[in-house]
Amino acid sequence: MMDPRISIIPERIKDIKRRIAIVSGKGGVGKTVLASLLALGLSSMGKIVGLLDLDFNGPSCHIVLGIPEDTSIKEEKGIIPPLFNGIRFMSLELFVKERALPLRGDDISNAIIELLAITRWGSLDYLIIDTPPGTSDELLDILRLIDGLETLIVTIPSKLALKTVSRLLNLLKMVNTNIIGIIENMSKGTDMVREFARREGIRYLGSIPYDEKLEEALGDVDALKRTSISESITTILHKIIGLKITR
Amino acid sequence: MLNLPFVIEILRMVHEWALAESIVRAVLDIMRERKLKTVLEVKIAIGQLQQIEIDIFRDALKEISEGTILKETKFSIEEEEAEFKCRNCGYTWKFSEIKESIKEDEAEAIHFIPELAHAIIRCPRCGSPDFIVVRGRGVRIVSLRGIT
Repeated sequence: MMDPRISIIPERIKDIKRRIAIVSGKGGVGKTVLASLLALGLSSMGKIVGLLDLDFNGPSCHIVLGIPEDTSIKEEKGIIPPLFNGIRFMSLELFVKERALPLRGDDISNAIIELLAITRWGSLDYLIIDTPPGTSDELLDILRLIDGLETLIVTIPSKLALKTVSRLLNLLKMVNTNIIGIIENMSKGTDMVREFARREGIRYLGSIPYDEKLEEALGDVDALKRTSISESITTILHKIIGLKITR
Repeated sequence: MLNLPFVIEILRMVHEWALAESIVRAVLDIMRERKLKTVLEVKIAIGQLQQIEIDIFRDALKEISEGTILKETKFSIEEEEAEFKCRNCGYTWKFSEIKESIKEDEAEAIHFIPELAHAIIRCPRCGSPDFIVVRGRGVRIVSLRGIT
């Protein structure tokens, strides 16, 4: 007859002030790294932050932040996201532990609904959600299930990437989500993304240069905080925090 | 014999509580939508795949509905056998046939999120992980009897 789990989702997220999905038109633009570092940056600023990894086919926020896969899950009227470096973290990876997880459409929706229905985030200033690239099932599901969802677009300065962002923007504008703006990752100092944002009527939040030190800093929170990427993210976060949101 | 507050404390520790909470919330939502004054009975199906402890679930339902308009409502629970169908070779099989081969930590993962079965279970005939859960996945409301 009906799926009761959907009824409890508003209750589970009611104490989360801002719910932000990190989205991109195509893969490989650094969305997972930025989602993880945005969460880390917010936590360093004293905000209470949750990070939800919804990239079911390639969950990897835990690798960026060095979260051990053998973390045990605490149950208390549901499941409590474990806390790492001030971030409340939830990912299917905590359950599947490196096994392949071949999920199709309805299975993806079911897993997202289950996660949202049983995870008790408590009070958060921010919930950052990493999503797969493009107009994925995961993105479609959170757009319908998470009230007041904001989206933050990540791209690289490439014609190819921007073409896919245009397509994604079509969807986001259609469903009336609040688009915070676009972040230019792996910037080469050109105007391409800034110009694109102007044409599309979305906010250009800033650029992040390519940082060769990132690879060796992965998994080490202190080293991550010392990268130039983290520095750029702090500047961008000040803009995001300052924005008034309407629901 | 255990005293009641202690039992309730244990109940609150488990994941069954969250699912029972979702049932109560959903029934209250349906009551509002359909303008029902009373709900006499709610039939709930529990898919075997999620391995819900039915007694714990039933007690959680009782405890959660106690302080609501549903305190007199009868919650009938029936277990639904889980069945799978392989997309690759078409073979169908039941959860009960393979349950013994699942390790404890794997069973726990499936208990939390039944879709994790796709990372654990394989078609017994061809070995493919690409299968459909035909029935018996998790918790759902089958029917509801109420008075307007």
